[in-house]
This record gives sequence, C-alpha cells and structure tokens, in this order.
Amino acid sequence: MKKKLVSVILAGAMALCLAGCGGNTTTDTENGSSSLGDLVNSAIDDAVNNAVDEANSALNEAADQVSDVVDDVNAGLEEAADAVSEGVMSYEEYAAADIDSEVTIECYVQAHQSWWDNKVSVYAQDEEGGYFLYNLACSEEDAAKLTEGTKIRVTGYKTMWPEVNGEVELAEGATFEFVDGDTFVAEPKDVTELVGTDDLVNYMNQKVSFKDMTVEAVSYKNGEPGDDIYVTLSKDGTNVEFCLEYYLNGSDEDLYNTVGNLEAGQTVDVEGFLYWYEGPDAHITGIGVKN
Amino acid sequence: MRSIWRKLICLVCAGVMSLLLSACHGAGNIKGFSIPEQFDTSKHIEITFWAKNDTNKTQVAIYDSAVAGFEKEYPNVKVNIRYYTDYGKIYNDVITNISTGTTPNVCITYPDHIATYLTGQNQVLELDDIIDDEKYGLGGSDVKFDAPKRDEMVEKYLDECYIGDHLYALPYMRSTEALYVNKTFVEKLGYELPDVLTWDFVWEVSEAAMEKNEDGTFKINGQNVLIPFIYKSTDNMMIQMLKQKGYDFTTDAGDVLLFNDNTKGLLYEISKHAGTRAFSTFKISSYPGNFINAGQCIFGIDSTAGSTWMGPDAPLSDIHKDDVAKDIEVVVRQIPQFDTENPIMISQGPSVCIFNKDDPQEVLASWLFTQYLLTNDVQIPYAQTEGYVPVTLKAQNSAEYQDYLSRGGEDNDLYYSIKLDATNLLLDNIDNTFITPVFNGSASVRDAAGQLIENVTNSMRRKQTVDDEYMKKLYGDIISLYRIDQLGASVSGGGKAADLGPLPLGSRLLIIILGAIWLLIIAYLCYIKIREGIKRNQHN
Repeated sequence: MKKKLVSVILAGAMALCLAGCGGNTTTDTENGSSSLGDLVNSAIDDAVNNAVDEANSALNEAADQVSDVVDDVNAGLEEAADAVSEGVMSYEEYAAADIDSEVTIECYVQAHQSWWDNKVSVYAQDEEGGYFLYNLACSEEDAAKLTEGTKIRVTGYKTMWPEVNGEVELAEGATFEFVDGDTFVAEPKDVTELVGTDDLVNYMNQKVSFKDMTVEAVSYKNGEPGDDIYVTLSKDGTNVEFCLEYYLNGSDEDLYNTVGNLEAGQTVDVEGFLYWYEGPDAHITGIGVKN
Repeated sequence: MRSIWRKLICLVCAGVMSLLLSACHGAGNIKGFSIPEQFDTSKHIEITFWAKNDTNKTQVAIYDSAVAGFEKEYPNVKVNIRYYTDYGKIYNDVITNISTGTTPNVCITYPDHIATYLTGQNQVLELDDIIDDEKYGLGGSDVKFDAPKRDEMVEKYLDECYIGDHLYALPYMRSTEALYVNKTFVEKLGYELPDVLTWDFVWEVSEAAMEKNEDGTFKINGQNVLIPFIYKSTDNMMIQMLKQKGYDFTTDAGDVLLFNDNTKGLLYEISKHAGTRAFSTFKISSYPGNFINAGQCIFGIDSTAGSTWMGPDAPLSDIHKDDVAKDIEVVVRQIPQFDTENPIMISQGPSVCIFNKDDPQEVLASWLFTQYLLTNDVQIPYAQTEGYVPVTLKAQNSAEYQDYLSRGGEDNDLYYSIKLDATNLLLDNIDNTFITPVFNGSASVRDAAGQLIENVTNSMRRKQTVDDEYMKKLYGDIISLYRIDQLGASVSGGGKAADLGPLPLGSRLLIIILGAIWLLIIAYLCYIKIREGIKRNQHN
C-alpha cells in the first residue's frame, strides 16, 4: 500500500515537473520553432499524457484500496466493539463472580475521593447496582474528567476487604477507559426500612438515603476536626455506622461542620454511599437536621 | 585579551557554582541554628507538635497532659497539637509543608522519613551540639524539669536516630514485631508449641490446619473461614526474613539489594502458602487480631504496639463480642526465625524530630518540649498504653515501671497479660534487634519490599502463574512503581548492577559545562605559555 502511494506521488510529481518543462518548451516553440523542436514537443506531450494517464490509473487504484482498507477497519472496529461488549459483565454477573476473579464492568461515576499519586477511589453505579473502585489507576488529568454521570469501562480483580463481611470492590490497580455515550446519575434509594435486616447488604455501594434517624454518637477520627468524622445513627434501636470521609467530602465546609456539630438525640435524614466494613458503614454525602 | 579570558572563566565558574548550589537547595532556606545564650522566658512563643496516636484515646490524653505539664514549667510557651493516626499522612503533610515553609516545630516521625526531609537545607535541626549543651542539653542545668541525661538514654535507640554522622531525632517509643499464636489450635493439631518458632514450623502447622470437613468447614474451628497465618506488615516480613538469612536489603550508601535471587527464593516459599490460602496479609484480609480473636487464624504477626488488640480478653477489639472465640488461649512468641539460636527481629517505633526556624528562641522551645517527651511522666504512661518500651533507662529502671512489669495478668486493662508479655519480649531482646539503613528514598525501598509479597500473594489467589518470567516482570514493575531506579544508588538484580538508563539532562549539562571549563583553563594556560614564548623570542 505504502509503495503504491509513493509511486502515485512520484508519478504525480514527475507529471508536474514534465508539465512545467513542457510549458516552457511550448512557449519557445511559439516564439520561433524548428522541426527538432516539434519532435521534442511531441515527445514531451506524449510523455506528459502517458504520465498523467498512469497517475490517474494509479490514483484510482489507490482510492479503491483505501476504500477497502476503510471498510476493513470499520468491520474490525465493529468486531472489537462486539468483543468488548461481550466481555463486559452485567451487574448480576459481577455480583455472582468469585472473589479474586478478573472482571470487566461498565458503570457510571457518581463521585470520587481525592486523586493522589496516580490513584483515585471511585463510587460508581449502573441501573442495577453499585460498585466501589478502590485506588483505580488514574492520571490526574483523567481524574478531573471523572465527573458525575460519566460512563467508564473498568477491568480489574474483584475483592472483598476485610475478607469476612467486608466491602466488595474492584481491587487496587484496576484500569479504566472512558466510554462515549449516555450518562447516568443515580437517585438515592430509601433503605430506611431495611435497617437491621439482611437485605441491606444488597444495596452495597449504591447511593442510598435513611430517613428520621436518631444521632447516637459523633467523633472525629483524630479527636479534632481535619479528618474523617464517625457518626452512629439509629433506627428503632438498631445502630448504623456512618462516616464522613474527609477525602470525599472534607472540602464541603457546610456538610463537614453540620456533621461535626451533630448532637446525640437529634433527628436527621442522611444520604450517602453504602460502604461496608463488617456491616453497613455508609459514606455521608448529604445530611438534613430535623431538630 | 587576558582580562577577557579571566572574565569568561569567572563567569562560567560562577554559573556552575550557582547551578551546583541550586541543585543542593531545597525549597526552604533557613539559616543554621545557634543555641541562644539564654532561653527568653518573657517572650511568648507558640510551637506546633504533630503527634501520632494509635486511635487510642489514652495516648491522646497523655499527649495533652504532656503539653499541660510543659506549659506549666514554661508558661510563655504555647504548644498546639495536631493529631494523626497515620505516619504516612504525617510524612506527606511534612513534605507539602517544607515546600511552603510551614513545617511544624516538633514532629513524631521515622528516620526513613527524616532522610527525605533532609533534602531541604537546614530544615531538620541537627542535635549534635544541643544534646550535650551544659545548660539546655539533655538534663542540662537550666532545664526546668526532670529530664533524662544522655547516659540515661538507651544508647542503641539513640544510635538509631543518627543519619550519616549527625543526630537528627530523639527516640520516643520503641517496639518490635511479635508472633501472636492461638496455642489451643496448635496443640489441637498435634503440635507442641516451642519457645522459639521456625518459619518451617509456622508453614507446616498452617498447611495442616487447612484440612476441611465434608461440609466445607475447616476441621480445626468448624467455621467457613480460616486463614492460618496473617502478616500485618509485609515490608517488615521481607526485611526480617532477608536479615535472618544474612542478607541486607539495602546498604548504608543506599544501594538496593532487594531485587535478586535471595528475595526470589523467599517469594517462592511464600507463594506456595499463599496459593493454598494458608497465608495472607493485612492488605488482603484485614487485621490479624480480628481473625485470631474470632478463632479464624492461628499465627498473626503484628507490632508489640498492637498487643492490646490480641486475644479473646483484649481490652480493645474491632469485632462484635458475639464473634469472639472465648475458648482459645493466645500467647506471645518472637517472630519466626531461620536460626533459633540467633534470633533477629526489627526495632521500630516513633522518634521525634525538630524543624529549624528563623527564631532561635522558638527552636530552643521546641527542643525543650522534645526533652519533656522523654521524662518519666510521659515515657512510662505512654509505654503502658501498648506493648511499647520506654527509650530511657531512667524510665525503664524506675520503681514505677518495674512494678508495672511485674504485675502482668492482674487485670485485662493496664496489666493485660499479652501486652506485658509483648513488652517483656522486646526488653529481653533489645540486643537482637536491628534497624535498616536510612537514606533519601529508603522509605520507598521498604514499601517495595512489602509490595513484592503483596503482589505474589494476590497473584497466587488469582490463580496466576508465579515463575521466573513472572518474577522478572514483578521486579521491573515494582522498581518502576516505587521509582527505585531514580534513587541515585545502584539496584542489584541477581548480583549485577542494573542499567539505570541515561543521565538526567541537568547532570549531562553540568558535566558538559565542567568539561568546557577544563578546556578553557587548559586553553588559557596554553595561551599564557605561547605568549610568554613569543615575548622571550622577541626579547632575544
């Protein structure tokens, strides 16, 4: 293909050169011709015409070949896209996959923690379920593009930490690519009724809400503001653990101060991602204090 | 003409000097510290102290009490504490604050980290002079509280705070790693628990424990979960295994000796047991203590400073009380050894460094506060919060501390037996402990050592093939991930120095400029000689 293209270009260049030369000769002929001049002009005309014909022929051939290649590429792309889609798991397949097995999913970013050292932890979801992508391999530039609703395809290993009753997630080092097309922003699902039941775990990693919860305890991770805030809320006597992750929402001063200033006995509505650490341990993204 | 040559050479030399100086310089530019003649007690001084606690409220209370005690002695000094639960976060924050000139005054840290802080000129205070200062040195005449004198420090621990020839920190607390053993299960499997365990023993018992019932539960505990051997800190695991085998993983000069066949041999052994799931790590499974206390682990290796979380009666617990296996006995042993006659274990634990400031009075206040952290009022109660050992002989030999050591098992709180056993383990083995060389980047090499084990363990769990080809790729990946090849020292790969790639552009420019200077000097000398020769000829 390359050779042919070069031949075409050379032929074209030759034709142009010859045409250029021919032009000058013609002018000379008009100014005072001789029989030798006519012969030369005739030879030049023949050469030019032949070269142009060859060039046209080669161009047509090249165009046909380019068209074939484009068709092949398109077919290949379609095939590749089909292959990729075939490898992508539905949420149901992902949920059924063994721990430590390799998985590929497509999901929509809902939020992410602070980027650091080419890693970022992402809360993601599709219409079926939630995913936590722990320390996803990610450049700072790409992290900036992980906005709410963005669709990504992620490949990595499914894991659970702690190994018993822990958070199901994609292990550190999973890779991803952006997927053009639709976006999706999940609405929080009200799971208040599920507090204390075995069904709550089915909403792991999803955006959820709890209504009319009672504040039991609030403490800063380091004993003072500047890091995570641990919050225990209860519903009908059953405690649920919550955490304001500093690397997720620490920069939201209003939220941070509201959570930090909660007092035992207050009633709140709370939203967050249902992280799991030996039980529910939701990461707070919003709170409304009722009294 | 001669003056032009001179000027040219001077200019080039000045340029090179400025390049050299700027290359050596960190972001900060603080002048060196001179000990003031007198501490000015009339001047209000505020200092900041970045402290680390083990998510332990008692430790926080002790720090608060230390500040109150110090401020009582020096009312003109206000100490502001910022608490951390993670050494890594302190390290990151210090690095960030060096570049902005807003470092704390006093900081709990590790020597590995100080080595990096030292890349900023005069950032970390050299303590060589002040430690022996008659008035303000350790236990000096003008120190207002009962501080230890230099000969009342544990010399080995003080030595650990030297980087090169200079003292850059004081030790604060010391610990080592201990093997916490579910003795009940070991004996149930038909083994007698020795006083000092070998690695082979631990592997053998761990594999024996993997036998299952027909219903899929493990025979030893009747549960669905069993991880016989969990290591908390895999960097320590690799470093100690290599040391016990007689191999260093780095040299004092910063040469990295990790990526070779010695390490590979250990990784193959570990991979066998990761493949059967008899072995796992904290990063993969979680805290060894949680699994031990739930009867789901037989051997857990963790710091002696984590001993209050170990055992079914532990004062601290991270699992629900209903999940605690009450019918097991947990005991403390040294970490496994290759040579039981010559036990070797790591020395670890926090130290304290002081950051230099422009105001010498502020620096002196920081030094005095650091000394206060070595008083018995701080050392003894803080050591009692965990399996820590005080770093002063003054505290270790005090009647109060000796009484504490003698009362192990009296309760499950202050005198918790496992905590005191772990403490005594270190006190009995101070001479068997070692530290690793410290240099700029040594923290990365340490991380890399642990990551090798983590990767191999993960790969075996993921049914990947771990062979020589895998190891070759693993070494390359880890060297790249931790930028080991950019540390400026050599990296050993199977005993042969690795190709470190081309020199950075700055270095190449420097070499070219130096070469050019030499050429100019030689040319200049030739010019002088020729000129003198011509003059002589003209004269003759």
